[in-house]
Amino acid sequence: MALNISDIKRIAHLARLEISEQEATQTLTKLTGILGLIEQMQAVDTTGITPMSHSQDVVQRLREDVVTQTNMREAFQVNAPKIGNGSVEKAVEGGLYLVPQVIE
Amino acid sequence: MINNSLKQLGHMLASKQISSVEMTQTFLDRIAKYNPSINAYIALDNEKTLAQAKAADVRISNGSAEPLTGIPFAQKDIFCAKDWPTTCGSKMLANFVAPYDAHVISQFDAAGAVNLGKTNMDEFAMGSSNETSYFGGVKNPWDVDRVPGGSSGGSAAAVAARLCAAATGTDTGGSIRQPASLCGFTGLKPTYGLVSRYGMIAFASSLDQAGPMAKSAEDCALMMNVMVGFDARDSTSLNRPKEDYTRGLANMQGAQPLKGLRIGLPKEYFADGLDANVGAVVQAAINEYKKLGAETVDISLPNSQLSIPVYYVLAPAEASSNLSRYDGVRYGHRAAEYDDLMDMYMKSRAEGFGAEVKRRILIGTYVLSAGYYDAYYLKAQQIRRLIADDFTQAFKQCDIIMGPTAPSTAFKAGEKADDPVAMYLQDVYTIATNLAGLPGMSIPAGFSNGLPVGLQLMGNYFDEARMLDVAHAYQQVTDWHTYMPKELHES
Repeated sequence: MALNISDIKRIAHLARLEISEQEATQTLTKLTGILGLIEQMQAVDTTGITPMSHSQDVVQRLREDVVTQTNMREAFQVNAPKIGNGSVEKAVEGGLYLVPQVIE
Repeated sequence: MINNSLKQLGHMLASKQISSVEMTQTFLDRIAKYNPSINAYIALDNEKTLAQAKAADVRISNGSAEPLTGIPFAQKDIFCAKDWPTTCGSKMLANFVAPYDAHVISQFDAAGAVNLGKTNMDEFAMGSSNETSYFGGVKNPWDVDRVPGGSSGGSAAAVAARLCAAATGTDTGGSIRQPASLCGFTGLKPTYGLVSRYGMIAFASSLDQAGPMAKSAEDCALMMNVMVGFDARDSTSLNRPKEDYTRGLANMQGAQPLKGLRIGLPKEYFADGLDANVGAVVQAAINEYKKLGAETVDISLPNSQLSIPVYYVLAPAEASSNLSRYDGVRYGHRAAEYDDLMDMYMKSRAEGFGAEVKRRILIGTYVLSAGYYDAYYLKAQQIRRLIADDFTQAFKQCDIIMGPTAPSTAFKAGEKADDPVAMYLQDVYTIATNLAGLPGMSIPAGFSNGLPVGLQLMGNYFDEARMLDVAHAYQQVTDWHTYMPKELHES
């Protein structure tokens, strides 16, 4: 299945990556090469084979529904990015993170 | 001192021949001298490091020292270490200071080990040459025009150049073993689930595993004793009885300590694509093993050729999901200018990630997208089982599998940087064990044109102690693991 430029742009949008025309063209060449490598899989008959998602056959552990972590909000918010668009303030206010307005 | 084993360094500290502060300072001085040209470390904080050394000296004095107390280690920058910059080699996290310790870091801290600093790596561990790091490439100490391998390239160069007593690494498709081969030291990727991934920045969660990078198997065994252990904070951490990974080393004496050991030689690992000189070195190492009493068995891992295609579906798929957390909202890079929330995501991620990381996110997004999931992701998971089953069959005929670690010696910087497919083939012999979750190891086996060559050991699940014994037996009768680049001898 050959990729084209509009596929690259669609995938980049799904991945939330801004991509220029020039980058899209270069990416197309490289991704086509990598997908060529991946295509080798199609020659294998995998009928009836159970997919393997993990090497160890273990089940998810359960625990008591109790609080196990301490509140580290302040420590985490030290790493908040700068607001941007001219403001060098940290993008936090009242313990919350600031993002562009999404609701009118 | 810089060539001493961890055990020897421990004895020096215990017998008060040297303090941890003095030992640590020796390594810090070497780092100051050699790191500017090698670029192995990307974060250093001598004050913090020496404070840990002082605390270790107190423990040594009051009799509460453990085997690694006071010994200085390098930590791959993929591990969160509280109050240390933790960047994962990316612009995305260039200003990130970890608010907590990874499990691996807290295990070393509890053991009283000293943290010398954070080591360079391919961005988000995606690479086999350390050239994708936002902080620049790392030089191979054996030839500064060549790469150290990757992704744990900084840790690898630090071990090879003796800029630390030993280092940690992580291995998703070969990132401990391939650099160990290219830089000439001993590295071990444990069975998936043995070392907690808590606080270790995620690349491909079903494959990522941390392990030791050191001068010898004995050193790796001592580090495994510290690194392995159940941790409830990692949902795939395995709860198993505590093991002493050094327990069998002392038995590797005498004429034929490996009598009866069956070494499987997979024909696929000695076929086209393997550099002839590398193949000859590996063969010589296997002959040495025969002298130690081992016998060889010809085996086949028929699906091993498929490990690269399968890996380049599964690892990018998992990475595209793991790296979706970098959105410029709570931490990491946020674009300076943007129009709205979507534009902020798109620009922050486009600016924060390098080219290889973006490529893998795009591949991952593609193979998981509507209409392609069955053809790529599900298919890859099915073949992953075939690859794992190959090993199950092989271990009915042999106790351990041996072959080359990497298809060639260290290549020149820039040689493969623009050709992802050629770069991916570096891991052709290491990826299958990650897919199967098996332990793999690389030990120095000799040189080809002055560059180190690694022998790979692959064991059955949880067979690390035996692998370490087998590696140790070889290191008792050979001295390849003791070599270091000549021009770096001066301390």
